[in-house]
Formats: sequence, C-alpha cells, structure tokens
Amino acid sequence: MMNAILQATLEFLKLYWAPLLCGVAIVAILPLIVGYIVLVERKLMADMQARLGPMRVGPHGLLQPIADALKLLIKEDIIPDNADKLVFWLAPVLSVGAALLALAGLAIGPAFQIAQDINIGILFVVGISALGIFGIVLGGWASNSHYSLMGALRSSAQLVSYETAAGMALVSALLFTGTLNVKSIVLAQSKDGEGIWFVMLAPVAFFTYLVASIAETNRAPFDLPEAESELVAGYMTEFSGFRWSLYFLAEYTNMIVVSSVATTLFLGGWLRPFASVPWLNFLDFVPTLLIVAVGAYCIVRAPKQPARVQQLFMLAVAGLCFVVGLALLAPVLVPVAKPFYAGIHGGFWFIFKVSLYIYFFMWLRFTIPRYRFDQLMRLGWHFLIPLSIINVLLVGVALIAGAYFNLKGWGLLLVTTPAAVIALVVALLILNAEKERNARQNQTVASDFYAG
Amino acid sequence: MTLLGADELVINMGPQHPSTHGVLRVKLKLDGERVIGSECIIGYLHRGVEKIAENRTYQQFAPYVDRMDYVAAVSSGLGYCEAVEKLLLVEAPPRARVIRTILTELQRIASHLLWLGTHALDIGALTPLFYCFREREEILKIFEKYCGARLTTHAFRIGGLQYEAYDTFERDVERFCKDFESRILEYETLLTQNRIWIGRTKGVGILTAADAIAFGVTGPVLRASGVKWDIRKAAPYAAYDQYKFEIPVGTIGDTYDRYLVRMEEMRQSRLICLQAIENIPAGPIMAKVGKVLKPPPGEVYHAIEAPKGEIGYYIVSDGTVMPYRVHIRPPSFINLQAFDRMVRGHLVADVVAIIGTIDIVLGEVDR
Amino acid sequence: MADEPKEPKPPQVPTGDKPASSTPGVSTPAAKPADASAPATPPKPAAPAPPKPPVVLQTPLANEFVTRFRAKFGAALLEAIEDRKQAILTVERARLVEISLHLRDEERFDMLADLTAVDWPKREKRFDVVLDLYSFPKNERLRLKVHAADAEEVPSVVSVWPTANWQEREVFDMFGIVFSGHPNLKRILLPDEWQGYPLRKDYDILQQDTAWVRENLGIESGQ
Repeated sequence: MMNAILQATLEFLKLYWAPLLCGVAIVAILPLIVGYIVLVERKLMADMQARLGPMRVGPHGLLQPIADALKLLIKEDIIPDNADKLVFWLAPVLSVGAALLALAGLAIGPAFQIAQDINIGILFVVGISALGIFGIVLGGWASNSHYSLMGALRSSAQLVSYETAAGMALVSALLFTGTLNVKSIVLAQSKDGEGIWFVMLAPVAFFTYLVASIAETNRAPFDLPEAESELVAGYMTEFSGFRWSLYFLAEYTNMIVVSSVATTLFLGGWLRPFASVPWLNFLDFVPTLLIVAVGAYCIVRAPKQPARVQQLFMLAVAGLCFVVGLALLAPVLVPVAKPFYAGIHGGFWFIFKVSLYIYFFMWLRFTIPRYRFDQLMRLGWHFLIPLSIINVLLVGVALIAGAYFNLKGWGLLLVTTPAAVIALVVALLILNAEKERNARQNQTVASDFYAG
Repeated sequence: MTLLGADELVINMGPQHPSTHGVLRVKLKLDGERVIGSECIIGYLHRGVEKIAENRTYQQFAPYVDRMDYVAAVSSGLGYCEAVEKLLLVEAPPRARVIRTILTELQRIASHLLWLGTHALDIGALTPLFYCFREREEILKIFEKYCGARLTTHAFRIGGLQYEAYDTFERDVERFCKDFESRILEYETLLTQNRIWIGRTKGVGILTAADAIAFGVTGPVLRASGVKWDIRKAAPYAAYDQYKFEIPVGTIGDTYDRYLVRMEEMRQSRLICLQAIENIPAGPIMAKVGKVLKPPPGEVYHAIEAPKGEIGYYIVSDGTVMPYRVHIRPPSFINLQAFDRMVRGHLVADVVAIIGTIDIVLGEVDR
Repeated sequence: MADEPKEPKPPQVPTGDKPASSTPGVSTPAAKPADASAPATPPKPAAPAPPKPPVVLQTPLANEFVTRFRAKFGAALLEAIEDRKQAILTVERARLVEISLHLRDEERFDMLADLTAVDWPKREKRFDVVLDLYSFPKNERLRLKVHAADAEEVPSVVSVWPTANWQEREVFDMFGIVFSGHPNLKRILLPDEWQGYPLRKDYDILQQDTAWVRENLGIESGQ
C-alpha cells in the first residue's frame, strides 16, 4: 500500500517537477517581492512629494520590508468579541489563496508557467482572481462590525462591476487570437514578420482594461472602501498583524496578476519590442544597456556618499548590476547560451513591462483624488461597460473586414484604427452626456448600487 | 437600511477622527447613504480663555489669543492688539502697521496652505499636502527669524511691535513671494481642472448668500456664496488702505467655489506682500504706551479679517489693569453653525469634504 | 507712500518709565509740564499734581438714526450713547425681538456679528446681553444692549438671525441666562450636566464642578 502511494508520488514528481519548482519559488519569494514593491511605492510616493521616504532601516531604507514583516508577525492577534472564528480565519486565507493561485496561470517566460499550457489560461486567471472577492465579503461579515460590513459590500460591488468591464476588454484582445492559451496569445503577437502587440490593434480595450484593473485591485482613485479618511474604514479594519498582512499580500499580488494579464494580452508578454523584425535585433542589447546604465550611475554616485560604508554599498550595487547585465548579454552573444535567450530575456522584458504597469498604478495613486462611491459605480456601469461592449463589436467588425481583405499582422491596423477611433468617439459622447446630466442636477444622486 | 433593521441610522463621527481637523464630534442622521440631519457637538477643546482674560493684564493675555486659532496665530494677535489699541485710543506707528500687514498676509497664505493640504488629503489627493507644507515651511521660517516662534508667535504688542524687522526680512519675503507664484500654479495643475476633484467638490455643500448672511458666516465661505465683503476693504485696519488688491468672489457657494476663492486669496495676499515690502516706512515701531495699561472705562468691538473669517474682540474695560470682560467672536464657531445647512441631502462621503471646506480650527471654535 | 516720511530715528524703547502713572494715550498738554518737572528727582510727597479728571469717553448719541428709532419705539429705547465711535443702544428686554426685526428689515442690519453677555454683579439687573449688528448695505455697525436680572428670561433672536442659535447657547452655558423661544437651549461648550455658570463674576477662576469631574473623569479635580 505504502509502496503504491510512494510510486504514484514519484511518478507525479517526475512529470511535474518543473511547475512544482516554479510554484514553490513563487510562493516562497512572492512575499519578499511584495514587500519590496511596497518599499518602491513608498519611495516613489516620497519622491513625488518632495521628500525621501524610508531611510532609516538599512541603507536607504532597503531593509524596511523586513522590519515591517517582522513587526506584523509578532503583533498580537486580536479577534473581535462576537466574530465568527472560523470565517475570521478563513477570509484572509481565501483572499491570498485566490491571488496566489491566479499567478499559476501566468507565463513569465516561455518555460516559466506553473499551470503548463492549459487551454483556458486567461479564463483560469481571471476566474480564480475573482474568487478573491469571497475573501473580502467574508472578512467584512466576520468582523461583526457594521462599518466593516458596509465597506466589504461596497468593495465587492465595485469589484464585480469592474470585472465585467475588464472581461469585455480582454475579449476584445482575445478576438485576435482565438485561443485562451497564454503561450499562444503571446506567440500570436510575434508571428514571424507579422507580429504586432495587441495594444496597437485594440488601444481602447487596453485603456478600458487599465481603468478596470485599477478598480479591481482597490487602488486609488477607486480606493474609497479602504481609505482612512472616510467614515467606513473598510473590511480590513478588524484584522491586525499577520491576518492583515495576508490581505495586504493579496492586494499587491492582485496588482501583479492584473499587470501580468495586461502584459500578456496587450503588451506582448515576454517578447522584446518588434520581436519578429530581424533588422531591429540590436534591441536585444537594450536590457543589458539599461542595467549597465544603472550600474554606471551607482559608480558615479559612489564617491559622493558621505560614509565609507555607503560608498561600498553603492559599489556593491553597481557590481550586481554588471553581473546581471552580463547574464543578459550572454544569450545574445555567446552561442552556448543561446537556448537560454527566450528564458532570460523573456523574463527581463516581462518583468519590465509589469513594472511599468505597476508604476503607472502608483503614479495615479499619488496624483489624483479618489472617487466617491456613487461616482465610481456610475463610471463603471455607465461608461466602462458600454464602452467595452461596443468595443468588442467594433473590433469584431474590424476583424471580419480584415479577413475579407486578407489583412494580416501590421496590415490589420488599417481596419482596427478606424474601429478605435469610432470607439473613442463613442466614449466622448458618453462622457459628454454624463457631464450634461451632472450639470443639470446640482445635488448628487444616491447610489442605486449600494447593496442593502 | 432594512438589512440592519433600521430606517434611520445615527452615526457618530467621533471626536477622534482623521478628518475632523481637531476634536469635533458630528452626529449624522442617515437615511441609507444620504444625510438628513446633523448635530455638531463641540467643547472638547474648551479652555476657558474668556475667564482667564479677566484675570490677566492686557499684555499678559496676548499670548492666549494665539492659542485659539493656532494655525493663524498672527491674525488673532493682530485683532487683539488693535482692539486694545482702540480701547486705549492709541495708534500704532506707520512702520509697525506695514510690518504687521506683511506678517498677517504671510499668515493668511500659511493658513490657506494648511487648509488646502488637509482638504485635498481628505478628498484623497495625497500629494498637495506635502507641497503646501513645503511652502508653509518657508513662511514659518520667516516667522521664526522675526519673533522666535513658528506657530504661536505673539508677534505683535499693544501699541506696535517689539521686534524690529530683521536684516534680511524684506529679501526673505520677496524671495518667498517670487517663488510662490509658480507653486500656486503647481497646486492648481494638480487640482483645479482635475475631473475627479471637480466631481467631488462641485455642487457639494452649497450655501446660498441669503443663508450665509443669516448664519453670520464670514470669510471665504461668505465670499464664495457671492457676497463681496472683506473687512480689509470695508473697514481697513493696519495698512490695508494703502495697497491695491482684489476680493475674489464665487457664484454658487459650493466647495469648488470656496476652493477657488481661497486660491485666489493666496495670490492676492502675495500681491499685498510684494507691494508692502517695496516701501516700509522708517520710524518707530512702538507707540507711546505706558508699561501699565489702564484703558479708560468703556467697551470696544473690533473685528478684522482673519483667514477663516471675521474675528471680533469685544473688550470691556473698567479702568483697571485687567480687562473686565473679553469676548472673542470666533469665525470658525459661527461658520460651523452653517454645517448642518450645507450637509443635508449629501452622501456620507461628502461630509468630510464639507467639514474641510468650512476650514475650522477647533481651538477657535471652543476657545 | 501715503504716510508721512519721518526723519529716521533709531527705534526707541517704549517710553513708559514715567514715575507718575498717567492714563496713557490721553495726551493732554497738561501732562507734559508735570512730567518735565520731575526728571531725575524722586517724586516729592508734597504738592502732588492736581488730580486729573476721570476720562469719560461715552457721550450721548443723537443722530438721525437715533431720532428715527426713538420715534418708532419711544420708551423702549433706554439709552443711546457713543463710545469711541461706536453706537450703543440700550433697549427694553421685552421688546427685543420686535426691535431686532425692525433693525433687520427696515434699518438693514442683516448680520448679527456677535451675541454675548457681561456680568455686573453689583447692579440690580446684573447681566448685559450685548448684540453686535452689522449692515452690509450701509457698512455700519451697531451695538444693542439689554439688561436682565438673575432669573429673568431674555427673548431669543433666533427667529430674526439664525446665527444666534449657538451664540445664545454659549451665553446660557457661561452665564445661565435663559433665552425664551430658543429651539434647543442646552449647554454647548461645557458638558451637559455641568453645574455652575463659569463666566459669572462669583464663579472663581479656579472653581470646577468637582462632582462632574470625579464622576466622569474618575479623578479628583486638581483645583
């Protein structure tokens, strides 16, 4: 009996060792990565606000996430009096579980995917990340606090509404591929000599997905349910210490998931810009150049540091940059390393694009105020959903026209650009109608979408 | 809200809340998400300043006045010193009046900057706060160089000034004013045409002109409602009659108008400062008042335009060294009464915006 | 600039070191010779300066407005004086609302700037309720005073100027004057159950409602 189980396990491991390894790597490293994304956010926020950000813990605050994680782990675990203990335990677990599971369907490089080659790739990711909504609602309910419940309901209403718009936007892009398989989608954006990123073919869909994904992840300007200066402090109020850090982890993991989905579908996944154009192959040196430039900057700044320790630190960072730059250069120049090209450079470009997307999220957070809840819902239902549905129709018509005229690759731009322009006009019309409606009423209208 | 079995809900925005700008308790009666009534409960910062005044001499009471509106201490101090000077029938010399004007206008800019930063923060814009405080820092540095204190300055004395303008005073003020124009543009770029900002502030908290006058509301709130009235023009004090400046006026009286009015006021204050430093008259900075002040018996009500509205001092003297009665008419206290009128019919998320737009300081509300 | 160019003198120390305490600000020529005659010699006990008459700055007011007012209200106007260029009318308590309505509507005093009270314990009617009015169209201020004894009620002017709501509550809180007709006369700055009216002259500055402090704060009042 034991032998059979052992045999089965060994068989399983022989087949699936690669995805398992990827999975373990992600789950192990992700909390650290999320911690450093938070640090990057705080430093960016500080930079945009004319200040420095965390500087104390470690050089330039680089050990801040470790300190925060330690603090959260050793905090007292407070459970409200009449809270349902099981659900109280389960809610953050659901949130973070759904977020991490969604990561399984994403491909960072052609080989790095946990759920290898599943046919329903994108649907899997979107569906599982929608399960995270359970975590929010249950968290608000289990807190046994009126305000938390209100916050949770508002948050879930917001997520569900923008899920529709996001889904429609994804459909517009999927029309170009006909398959949900993540690898096929990325490869479709690089078909030899004809590949074109879908963001150029369906820009309105990209924009819609961008806005919807900000609302999906409860980021500003759609973060009313969790803003501190509002009456309702949100579903996370009663969670402290490690439970809260799970919610936090879930939020940033969700950000990574939506950025990865956008990158995969619109920005060409792990492909280098103009991947299939041979005379632009010199772009292969761009990753190396970027990293080496960062290293060079560190070397230039090193002598200007006040203390010896800080100078050494800068030099160490520069050294690290050079090593990574070399690693990026190898697959391009050294024939022996060529098979690793797709993996290493693919990884670099994917992470680069995801970072740009997340940078945009952060930039928005610090710049613009937040929407009131009814304005948020109105934006979702009156603007984004009609726009994304109309966009699907327009893209479909464009594709039919493209097939009729036998257009492929860059030629498709001839039909999709008019479609995008018409979608843009529709968007402006809707916005205009909304503005007139607002101007007609001085008073604000109660939210019809408020659950309960 | 039949989910929770109540038709009307009373929620409490407790004394401790990040957005009430102090210890203010607001009870809101809600119908679903809409506010149908409110009650402000104040007094958490009541320190009995008026009673203390009856037990201090006129000069000893002056620092207490700073602690009421601690965000704009210089204006409160100006009002008090001028009220006592009116009681004593003395006038501060011209040089003192001009320096007083410059410092008061700088204080107006500082107060509006703090208002803008915190108001924007409540509505969700995280960045203007830091930009505003960067400029406010420059003004507080000038105050510190002038009288040694940044916040509760006690900058003026009864009869004039104690401290002469320090060496680089004009240069500092000029440099600040020159930089400030581009900074105001920064704030406006972030907020004024921002669709979300307009969405959160337009049509929110409308106060008609008739209501404003009936509720005795003064200051930028009154001006935003369309009443063009500013004590600096109606009954000029200090050196305001010498300078050219405009009074910004709004039309509807909503939060957006109040925002625009205060932004423009900052610009006008800057212009006043620039005009004033061009020609500060030479001369004494203190009128001839004795060390012991015993005003002739009588009373006086003197009002000036503080950044938050009309601050009035009603001082009754019985001929002794201590005032018989001092009553302070605080603009925040009176303006806060209009809160109930402004908030009815709005959503809960607007409550915070409306509290911010009245610009209250609880030290002044409660005294 | 408009102001006269004085010859630049170094900033002077406020000259307040006169040994004889004169009422400052009232620069009567009589003061100068008296002071100049005693520069450095100690004040002589004999032959003091003649006692200065007490300065009385209140003068009766009899302008057009007062005449109109007296014509309309007659005996209700108890006193009309001017003090340091401020017009002060003392009126009868019972007719306060009627007078306020007249002032708001006919005389256009549309803003009530301030409503407060002063306690003169030695007087029979110890309280002075003071209303400061302002007229936007005329840009004029006016002070109305009403005398009230300890237990007498003063009519509330909330119906005339809604801003009086909180101000009358504050007067009630601090002095104990009851305003009849006020919609919600309860304490505003002090806790609702506080005993005592702090701004009355018989309430010592160090006095507190120790029972309330003990019960609600759990400490013995430090005073």
